[in-house]
Amino acid sequence: MPEDTLTPKQRMAIDRVKMPEREAAVRARSFIEVNLGLSEVAAIQEAQRCIHCKNRPCVQGCPVKLRIPEFLDKVAEGDFAAAAEILRADNTLPATTGRVCPQEKQCEEVCVRGAKGEPVAIGWLERFVADWATEHLGAPKPGAPPSGFRVAVVGSGPGGLTCAGELARMGHDVTIYEALHAPGGVLRYGIPEFRLPKAIVDAEVANLQALGVKIECNVIVGKTITVPQIAAEFDACFIANGAGLPVFLRVPGENLKGVYSANEYLTRVNLMGAYRPDSRTPVARGAAAVVFGGGNTAMDAVRTAKRLGATRAVLAYRRSRLEMPARAEEAKHAEQEGIEFMFLVAPLEILGDDEGWVRAVRLQRMELGEPDASGRRRPVPVAGSEFELAADIVVVAIGTAANPLLTSTCPELKLNKWGNIVTDEHHATSMPGVFAGGDIVRGGATVILAMGDGKEAAAAIDQYLREDA
Amino acid sequence: MFKVLSNDLIAPEVHRMVIEASRVAKVRQPGQFVIVRHCEKDERIPLTIADADPAAGTITLIIQAVGVGTKDITATPAGGALRDVAGPLGRPTEIERWGRAACVGGGVGTAVLYPLAKALADAGNEITTIIGARSKGLVILREELAAFSKDVLITTEDGSEGVKGFVTAALEPLVCDPRRRPNVVFAVGPVPMMAAVAEMTRPHGIKTVVSLNPIMVDGTGMCGGCRVTVGGKVRFACVDGPEFDAHEVNFKELADRQGMYGEERCKLEGQLESMAGGGE
Repeated sequence: MPEDTLTPKQRMAIDRVKMPEREAAVRARSFIEVNLGLSEVAAIQEAQRCIHCKNRPCVQGCPVKLRIPEFLDKVAEGDFAAAAEILRADNTLPATTGRVCPQEKQCEEVCVRGAKGEPVAIGWLERFVADWATEHLGAPKPGAPPSGFRVAVVGSGPGGLTCAGELARMGHDVTIYEALHAPGGVLRYGIPEFRLPKAIVDAEVANLQALGVKIECNVIVGKTITVPQIAAEFDACFIANGAGLPVFLRVPGENLKGVYSANEYLTRVNLMGAYRPDSRTPVARGAAAVVFGGGNTAMDAVRTAKRLGATRAVLAYRRSRLEMPARAEEAKHAEQEGIEFMFLVAPLEILGDDEGWVRAVRLQRMELGEPDASGRRRPVPVAGSEFELAADIVVVAIGTAANPLLTSTCPELKLNKWGNIVTDEHHATSMPGVFAGGDIVRGGATVILAMGDGKEAAAAIDQYLREDA
Repeated sequence: MFKVLSNDLIAPEVHRMVIEASRVAKVRQPGQFVIVRHCEKDERIPLTIADADPAAGTITLIIQAVGVGTKDITATPAGGALRDVAGPLGRPTEIERWGRAACVGGGVGTAVLYPLAKALADAGNEITTIIGARSKGLVILREELAAFSKDVLITTEDGSEGVKGFVTAALEPLVCDPRRRPNVVFAVGPVPMMAAVAEMTRPHGIKTVVSLNPIMVDGTGMCGGCRVTVGGKVRFACVDGPEFDAHEVNFKELADRQGMYGEERCKLEGQLESMAGGGE
């Protein structure tokens, strides 16, 4: 292994690596992954940019508390196996988070290298090592001896998978119940292939199965079985069934043909593979696509519409670029691919043709007023600014609400006024032995926050089980 | 995988299949459905559970082979297996003791009607069943429905059996006769049929329930593809239905939305230029 003996001055002199990307014009017509990944040489050099600062803010900036400086150290030394060991110990889904985490708002935001210049590319290095591990190390092996406890996890999205992986490593016997026909939750149905290839999700799931996690698909908790039944059968339970109830605009014309919720549009394309010639699930296509929203889901939907043949794909957001919650990298990639951003516009109506298909949206311009409850400046309509924009496809990506399917069959669970499950600081619900996390607790959040919940909940469940025993 | 125990042709293109799905069988109630997928590349198809045997752990589905997905499912012989069966989904039928109930089934909708008619009969209602079909050979479940119905009336479009015409031809004399007028009507079938039944019962103020089958993907409320307008409000058929008050349903919109994927702009031709490396 090469020694990493650079001086701080030498480290400071290294510029941040560039992520090689597939050419925008090519990828805008294809679902192949956009980022190509770093080379070994580039990864080592990038890791050497870490100056080993004393306070390690990056670790605090990470919802799963990855030991980033130790991890970077091993990469800088070229010891990728040791780096992978740290990564896998701290993060159940590293190949996923290395691709979809909003690093610029977490670890990289607080990196001291970012104070003067650019932060260490922690996310890209995470991705590099996770992929290296998949290629060279094979699946992780079960660690702790069997505890004799059985834990059920509801939902196989990022929160559920993380909790299951952590619990399995502690020696618990874990069964995940998944409502859909394939595991992964939002990683499977929501995030497109060009951002998170499904082969990556398959590999992450296979790693968990290698740890002994059992996954049962086609089980809808709240319908097929209920939480009280699970509580009777298992020693503990973690609920991470997601939010999963699409919020619509509540404007006229929303039920016209060609108008989708982002959940439906992305599920048809990602889970059901509607973009592949051999899939039997159709999806509407058109030259003009308008997507409402400003988050990662909206970005995924509008870039998908472009790939499905839209010549004009517009992201219409009612606030300005500054308030847009999407990852910076996605916004950059979208613009490179020719996605048009239309800021400070709100929908008034969706207009249809004689056959019930959408033909246009009527929008109103907005301006930013006083800050609202979220701290962002509230958009205020500008009178007389209404205009029409042609649309063959409209996708509504303005968020999701709590799905009552599970909670309505479990009155013991305390909910807040929006129907989200109420938990304490240890992710415990009002039902003994039942914990919860991710979107069903937080409302709409991110993959990594759900994973953080899953990891913390696993620790709390472990403690609960051992105290109880 | 879900094992197919039997598969019988009960009318041209209409199959009765008994499938091992013990969890579903245990909790299923009349009016509920499952989502079925024959194999990896198939669509998710919502199908009403016609019957279930909790002790044996089986459910019965009556399926008309109309599209690729249903053809794949119905082509699975006894001893074969289906990749996915998920459920039970949707709200169960609200079964009350209404007194006289008319149960109207059109085409393969009769299969959806069967479990709820049976539940109504079990609850002590007096059932008049109307089965509508294009012609005699397509009339399904006649004996099964007759087992608990006071009367079974048949209508065929070509007049090859029973009253010539649509189900409304048999329903009209009932609703117009105060001595035989049903207290409630359940109607399941093609959208125009359900809309016609709703219009026939509306002036008489007879409570009318229809079971809707809009296009859906997940069946758990996640996608919103099955949204229907009922009483001016948007409802999801998968979690709020599938049964709704017929007098409140916007049938025009439902018919429009059901036709969506038959149309040119949803076809697979002319899609991506470059597919290399995309997907698994």
